[in-house]
Amino acid sequence: MARRVAIVGTGQTHHKSHRIDVNGKELINEAVTRALDDCELTIADIDAIIIGNMDHFESINYVDTWSIEGSGGYMKPIMKVTTGGTTGTSVAIAGYYHVASGIFDKVLCIGWEKNSESDTTTAIVTCSDPIWDRFSYSGAIPSLATEASAYMEQYGATQEDAAYVAVRERTHAQNNPYAQMYNRPITIEDVMNSAMLTYPIKLLDVCPRTDGACAVVFAAEGVAEKIAPQPAWIKSCSVRHTTTWFGDVDYNTGMLSLKRASREAFETAGIKSPVDEIDVAELYLPYSYAGLKWIEAIGFCGPGEGPRFIRDGNTNMGGKLPINPSGGVMSTNCIGATALLRTAEAAIQILGKGDKRQVPDVTNAMATGFGGCWWSDVIILSKDKP
Amino acid sequence: MDKIAIVGVGQTTYKRKRQADIFYDMVYEVTVKAMQDAGYTLDDIDNVVTVSNDFLDGRTISCMAVQEAAGAHDKNVSTIEGDGTFGAFYGAMRVLGGFGTTLVVAHSKGSEGDPRVITNAMFDPIYHRSLGLDAISSSAIQANAYMDRYGLSEEQFALVSVKNHKNAQRNPYAQLPLELTVDDVMQSRMIADPLKLLDCSPVSDGAAAVIIANEDRAKKARTKPVWIKGVAHCADAYFLGDRDLTDPKALKDAAKRAYTMAGINTPIKEIDLVELYDAFSYMEPLWLEGMGFCDPGKGADITEKGITALDGKLPVNPSGGVLSAHPVLVAGLTRIIEAVLQIRGDAGEHQIDGVNTALAHGLNGPCGQSHCVWMLGRK
Repeated sequence: MARRVAIVGTGQTHHKSHRIDVNGKELINEAVTRALDDCELTIADIDAIIIGNMDHFESINYVDTWSIEGSGGYMKPIMKVTTGGTTGTSVAIAGYYHVASGIFDKVLCIGWEKNSESDTTTAIVTCSDPIWDRFSYSGAIPSLATEASAYMEQYGATQEDAAYVAVRERTHAQNNPYAQMYNRPITIEDVMNSAMLTYPIKLLDVCPRTDGACAVVFAAEGVAEKIAPQPAWIKSCSVRHTTTWFGDVDYNTGMLSLKRASREAFETAGIKSPVDEIDVAELYLPYSYAGLKWIEAIGFCGPGEGPRFIRDGNTNMGGKLPINPSGGVMSTNCIGATALLRTAEAAIQILGKGDKRQVPDVTNAMATGFGGCWWSDVIILSKDKP
Repeated sequence: MDKIAIVGVGQTTYKRKRQADIFYDMVYEVTVKAMQDAGYTLDDIDNVVTVSNDFLDGRTISCMAVQEAAGAHDKNVSTIEGDGTFGAFYGAMRVLGGFGTTLVVAHSKGSEGDPRVITNAMFDPIYHRSLGLDAISSSAIQANAYMDRYGLSEEQFALVSVKNHKNAQRNPYAQLPLELTVDDVMQSRMIADPLKLLDCSPVSDGAAAVIIANEDRAKKARTKPVWIKGVAHCADAYFLGDRDLTDPKALKDAAKRAYTMAGINTPIKEIDLVELYDAFSYMEPLWLEGMGFCDPGKGADITEKGITALDGKLPVNPSGGVLSAHPVLVAGLTRIIEAVLQIRGDAGEHQIDGVNTALAHGLNGPCGQSHCVWMLGRK
């Protein structure tokens, strides 16, 4: 029988565009040390480690074996998970199964990226099929721009609607001292006046590149309660990494992978009305238009209702369903860590350690990951055991 | 641990170059083969774990190229970047963690990359990469250290190559079935002293897949289940200078934990067969020592005594091993598949009689920095 699993501790670096003060292993170690301190464990307590990043960003092969001094993996079981933007949630889900399997009691999950050492777009371009996709859908932005324009055409959404999402993220980031964009708020005018990258996406509609790491400790039922007074229980995790070719993605039907992963995750978690039962969501929104459209795919509002839902302030701090109290991906994007940060931030809300970004009375929290060829991961966390 | 089993296996033939196949084709081939072997349809596959490496594939998010081919459409799926034994371990965890079945599939095409550049990238970019260290030169350091410590000879390593290439003659999937003498190996081209061409595994293309199932779902498979009795992994220090390269202590730790899970007390008596990761000839005796089959420094002796031969007391790599086909990442999964076939009695011409318990082994990182040990059994 699968065991119940909870998150008992989290740690993250102070994220910046260039962390020239540390190398990759030191960056990893900063997050690991903070996660262990957070749950008052030492590395000796950890039974196994999972680590994730994107190989070609730092150009290091076999990061699991390279990272030992930073991760604390010396003479421990360690394996590497890599699935693109979803790497962080893939790492978290691997942590979940390491513990759920009954083989390991306390597991350390690490996501990291030192984007300042990479030519990120050059690396991302190579994910596309070299024959069919690389000359049209190369890098991160083209397929996002396709989706955004299709959404605007379909529902009459405007660039200004999207700007509201961008502003929300950066406003929330002012409560999060770890965020890269901490102390750097923006206005709607700033977004509208920022440089056009690929219509309709402007510079302030997209996530930055970040140096940073995140670490999360998972523990089994019976162990978790002794480590954390209120563990963040994993109720469900669902993944859809269906497509291989960007040309196969249907940009009109909504975010199919997120729709399907959310549906399965809610069903497993026993959540019938997500907008009423989810108290806070940390969503992997790599660009502002996702903040309109993808919340429809999750089911927080109906198709085309995203812009109204956002403008009404539902997703702001103090709103009905605060989204990304951390400032989200548009405030910090250390790619291999990004989706693990979503998981950690959702857990922080349940652990009650959010400080200025804490949402009151959180029972259920949701974290998502996005990446690859329009892939989605969904994790539901709760104060209550599954 | 709940009872879980391997119920289906599939592999491509391993070749120097599979020019007609893209990654997608190879993964599709072995996915279908594994399902046919198990008597499963796609509906019987609850979730998927793919195994790939961005450096080997020359593609960021290398798993993206094979998701549909692995049958992962609208299913839960994840990816391990590392040897297939590690990917299969994660697949096993997902069965123990709630899924009824996991399909694990690994692919790689050595023919499409430069193994020296790819394995040089394992090393520290500041201190070691510019020295030109790669898989072969670092292994040569390990081989020298091993010879020096125990007074071993190159001929003793050559004997392993002779044995494994001979075994490969009975395995239709192997890339290098060769009839060799110790002299042939000794006179082959020097690659990195003391490793000569025939001490080294080849560059290979290929893919492999296994299906892991819980007890209930194993009953629905066509095959006789091969039970996973124990599995464990462990990593040593990163810098070669921080390690005793002649003491595979991460392997010892992984083996010890896998044996404990499987209830093995005396490996040499209780294990009937070993499929291990012999990327270079010297690795076979060194890993046998780490697995506790003999005392340190005595690994080569047991090969000389014929103990590891097909008709020996402990056949090692009856398939021909990694020396006879080395699709990176896939090779560890192949070791598991070979152990499964032997236990089922389906190994064909290289079948060993009466295999009840078998060990399969894979590794990651330079000089076997990180090891994964599998114990598989008939019961």
